[in-house]
Amino acid sequence: MTDWIDIGTLADIPPRGARTVHIGGEKEIAVFRTGDDQIFALVNECPHKKGPLSQGIVHGHSVACPLHNWNIALKSGEAQGEDKGCTPTIAVKQEYGRIWIARPEMAKVAA
Amino acid sequence: MEFQGGSSPVTDSGDDIGVPMDDVREHLVVVGNGMAGCRAVEELLARDPVRYRVTIFGAEPHVNYNRIMLSPVLAGEKTFQDIIINDRAWYDDHDITLITSDPVSAIDRARKTVTSRSGRTIGYDRLLIATGSDPFIIPVPGKDLPGVISFRDMKDVDAMLDAANRGGDAVVIGGGLLGLEAAHGLTLRGMKVTVLHIMPTLMERQLDEAAAWLLKSALEGRGQTILTGADTAEIYGDGKVEGVRLKDGTQIPASLVVMAVGIRPSVALARDAGLDVGRGIKVDDHMVTSDAAILAVGECVEHDGNVYGLVAPLWDMCRALADGLTDQHSGYKGSVTSTKLKVAGLDVFSAGDFSGGEGCEDIVLRDASRGIYKRVVVKDDKVVGAVLYGDTADGGWYFDLLKRGENVADIRDLLIFGQAFASGGGALDPKAAVAALSEDAEICGCNGVSKGQVVACIDKGACSLDAVRAGCKASASCGSCTGLVENILALTLGDEVQSGPKTMCKCTSFGHDDVRREIVAQDMRSIPEVMQKLHWSTPDGCSSCRPALNYYLLCALPGIYVDDQQSRFVNERMHANIQKDGTYSVVPRMWGGLTNPRELRAIADVVEKYDAPMVKVTGGQRLDIFGIRKEDLPAVWADLNAAGMVSGHAYGKSLRTVKTCVGSEWCRFGTQDSTGLGVKTERMTWGSWMPHKFKIAVSGCPRNCAEATIKDFGIVCVDSGYELHVGGNGGIHVRVTDLLCKVATEQEALDYCAAFTQLYREEARYLERTAPWIERVGIAYVKQRIVEDDAGREALRARFLFSQQFMQDDPWAERAVGVHSDLHQPLSPISIAAE
Repeated sequence: MTDWIDIGTLADIPPRGARTVHIGGEKEIAVFRTGDDQIFALVNECPHKKGPLSQGIVHGHSVACPLHNWNIALKSGEAQGEDKGCTPTIAVKQEYGRIWIARPEMAKVAA
Repeated sequence: MEFQGGSSPVTDSGDDIGVPMDDVREHLVVVGNGMAGCRAVEELLARDPVRYRVTIFGAEPHVNYNRIMLSPVLAGEKTFQDIIINDRAWYDDHDITLITSDPVSAIDRARKTVTSRSGRTIGYDRLLIATGSDPFIIPVPGKDLPGVISFRDMKDVDAMLDAANRGGDAVVIGGGLLGLEAAHGLTLRGMKVTVLHIMPTLMERQLDEAAAWLLKSALEGRGQTILTGADTAEIYGDGKVEGVRLKDGTQIPASLVVMAVGIRPSVALARDAGLDVGRGIKVDDHMVTSDAAILAVGECVEHDGNVYGLVAPLWDMCRALADGLTDQHSGYKGSVTSTKLKVAGLDVFSAGDFSGGEGCEDIVLRDASRGIYKRVVVKDDKVVGAVLYGDTADGGWYFDLLKRGENVADIRDLLIFGQAFASGGGALDPKAAVAALSEDAEICGCNGVSKGQVVACIDKGACSLDAVRAGCKASASCGSCTGLVENILALTLGDEVQSGPKTMCKCTSFGHDDVRREIVAQDMRSIPEVMQKLHWSTPDGCSSCRPALNYYLLCALPGIYVDDQQSRFVNERMHANIQKDGTYSVVPRMWGGLTNPRELRAIADVVEKYDAPMVKVTGGQRLDIFGIRKEDLPAVWADLNAAGMVSGHAYGKSLRTVKTCVGSEWCRFGTQDSTGLGVKTERMTWGSWMPHKFKIAVSGCPRNCAEATIKDFGIVCVDSGYELHVGGNGGIHVRVTDLLCKVATEQEALDYCAAFTQLYREEARYLERTAPWIERVGIAYVKQRIVEDDAGREALRARFLFSQQFMQDDPWAERAVGVHSDLHQPLSPISIAAE
C-alpha cells in the first residue's frame, strides 16, 4: 500500500521548471515538470555537493545542477556522463488532474 | 393496437414499442446512434444478419453521420449530406428501428427495460451503451450565456454558421484538435478568431513543442491570434456573450465563444443504473460491462484502464464486440493509437510515446525551408513514437514499425529519411546512400548546388565544411543539407576532412557566430523557432545552448523578445547568487559605490530581520548579504526597495558594478569628478544583459585607485580628459586593458562606453568576456568600429540606449509584489489518499 499525497496541479509548476515540497520532517523534495509535461520527483539534492536540483535548468528529461552543472536523469536520479552518483527518486503520478507523490518513506535509491 | 404489416415494428399496450408478434429473436437495444453504436451494429450484421432484432435510440434528430467530418462542414468544404454514413434506407433494409431526438434516460436492470426522455419504455435482451462523450465545459462565470457553444454535433455547427453569418469576432477556448478545427472553420467563414489555450503549446497531447510551434506559426500566418498559457477567468456579457476575460486581465471581445477544451466519457446513464464506472464505463475484453446483459463501446468505455477519444480504437472495439455477440469471442486487446490529420490543412502525425525518457533516442530531421519537422523515438532498437509535421507520408510506415515492434537497428541511420530511402536498394549506410546519388543530384536546395559541384569544389582544395560553404555555397543557407555535404566530404577526402568550427553545443552543428547571424538574418523570434530553423538535434536543447539562445534573442529583439526564465541560470532566474548551502546572497545596487545612512540602515535591518549570518564588502564596492533563503528573497527585496535600492545584478551576465575612487571632489590628486562620472555611467548601463559579466571602473587620476585597467571598460581621468581602456579582467588569467582612445569630455566618455558595450553585446559569444573576445577579434578591429567610424559608433550607442529603455526595470520590484511567487514558495501538500 502506498500513501499518495496531493501536491497540486500541473499548472503549479512552470514548464521546464520545478517546485519544492516539504512533507513532515523528510528531506525537501523537488518536483519537476519537463517540456513535454511529464512529472518527476527527486530528493532536492545533487549527489555531488547536495546542490538544490530544483533550481537547475531542466532539459529533455534531465536537470543540470545549479552548483556544478552535473546532469541528473530525472527518471532514475542517476548522474549522467562521466559523473557518478545517484539521487533518490520518489514515485509520482498524475491523476484526476492532480499531481500525487508517494509518501517519502517510499523513496528509493536506484540500483 | 395497430399492425403496420410485414416485419415492421408494432406498438402494443405494454411497451411503447413492442415486439412484432411473430419476432421471437433476442432484442438488442443500442443507446446511441453515433459512430460507435452504428459501427457495432454493422459489424454484428456482417457476422449474423438475422440473429438479433435491433432498436437504436439517438439523441440527435439525424441518421448516423461521421462526426469527425463536422470540421469540413463548418469550413464549407462538405455538406451534411456528404457526411452521412448510413441513410434511412440502411435502417429500413436491415429492419432496424431508429428512434431519433429521444435519448434514453434510465435503465431498469432488474426488469431489463430502458426508458427514454419522452417516456417510451421498451424491454431488451442485450443492451449496448454507446453514448460517446460529452464536451467538457469549464466552470467559469458566463458559461451559460447565449453565444457560448461547444463543438460536438451538427447543432453546434449550425450555431457556429449562424454566428459567422452575422460576422464579428470569435474566441475558441481550447487549442487541441477540436478547437483548432473550429477556429479554422470560423476563420474561413470570415470571422476574426482568437484561440485561447491554457497549456504552453498547442495540441500538447499529440505534438511535441517543436511541431506545435510550427503549427502555431502557420496558423498565425493565416490570421488567427493564438494565445497560449491563457487561463480563462470569465465570459462576460449582458444577456449574451460580449467577450472573454483572462486571469491576467486581458479582455478579448467576441460575439461567439466556442468551448472546445476537451471531452469526457458520457457515463451518467450507466452510473445511474449502478454499473461499474471508472473514468468510463468499465468493460472486459468482449466489451461486456459489470452486468452480463449490458455491453458498452466507444468513447464512453474504459478498457484496461484506458479511455480512448479517437476513432481507430472504436473500430477494434466494435469488432471484438460483434465477435462476442455472435459467440466467436476474440477479445479486444487495447489499441495503440496514432493521430494523422490535417489541422487547418496542415499535415500532422503522431503516434506512440514521443515524450522521450530513459533509454530513448531521438532522431530528428528539420527541413526549415520546406517547413518540415520529423522526430522518431527509438528505444531498444524499436520505434516507440513518432511526430511528423509538414510531411506525414511516412506516418503509416512508422506506425507499422511501432505496432509490429520491429527491430530497426539495421536501418536506424536512414530511418528518419522515410521508407523509400531506408528500404531502397539495400543502401544501409548514409555514406553509401550519398555515394549512390548521381552527379546531377541536388544537394543544397537553397542555393541549387548539385553533388557534382560540391565534389568539384572539394577537388579544388576545400577540405572542410566551412571551405565548401565558402566555395560553392552548399549548406551555407538553411543548413539542412549539412549532413549530406559532410558525407560527400568524407567520401571524397577519406581521412583528410578537417573538423569545422567548434559548435555551440552537442545539440547543433552550428557555431555561436552562425546562430547569431541567422537569428538576425531570418528575424527569428523564439527559442523553438531557432531550434527548428537551425535543425537542433534535441527537443529542447541543453543547459549550454538555452541560456545562450535566450541572450542572443534578447539582444537582437529589445522590447520584443519575451525572456524565457527557464532558460536562465539559477542566479539570473532568482536575481540573487546561489551559495553552496542552497541559500542566496543579495547585493543591492550602490551607484558608483556611493551609499547613505538610509540605505545602510535598511541593509542593517534586513541583516537582523532575516538573520543573515554574514555581510561582506565586495570587490566591486558593494555590500553582500549572505544566507538568505529563497522563500525570503521577495520580502528582503521589498525592504530594500523601500529604502530606494534596486537589484545590484551581482548575479548576472550583465553590467555588474561601476567602481570609483573619490576623484577631484575630495582627493588632492584627483583630476576629474570620477565618482560623478561613475554614477552617470552606472545609471546609463545598469540592467543591461551581456554575453558575460561586465565591470566598469572610473579612476580620478593615473594612480588608478579604482583599478580601471583590469575592468571590461575602464576610464582613467587625466588633466586633459579621459583615457578609455577596454578588455581587462582579474580572475585566473589577469589581463590588463588595451587603451582604446582618449577623449576630452565626460559626454564623449559616456558615448564611447555605450558604443563599446553594444559592440560587445552584439558580437561576442555567450560566456566570452571582453578579454578573450578582444584577443580573438583584435584591438585594431575594436578601434576601427568605435574610434574611427563616427557614424558606426553613434549607431551602436543609439542601439544600446534604445535597448536600455526595456532593461532598466528593477527585477526585484516585480518579485517583491508577487510576480513569479512560484519560484520562491514550495508547493503545499493537500491531502493524503491511501490505496
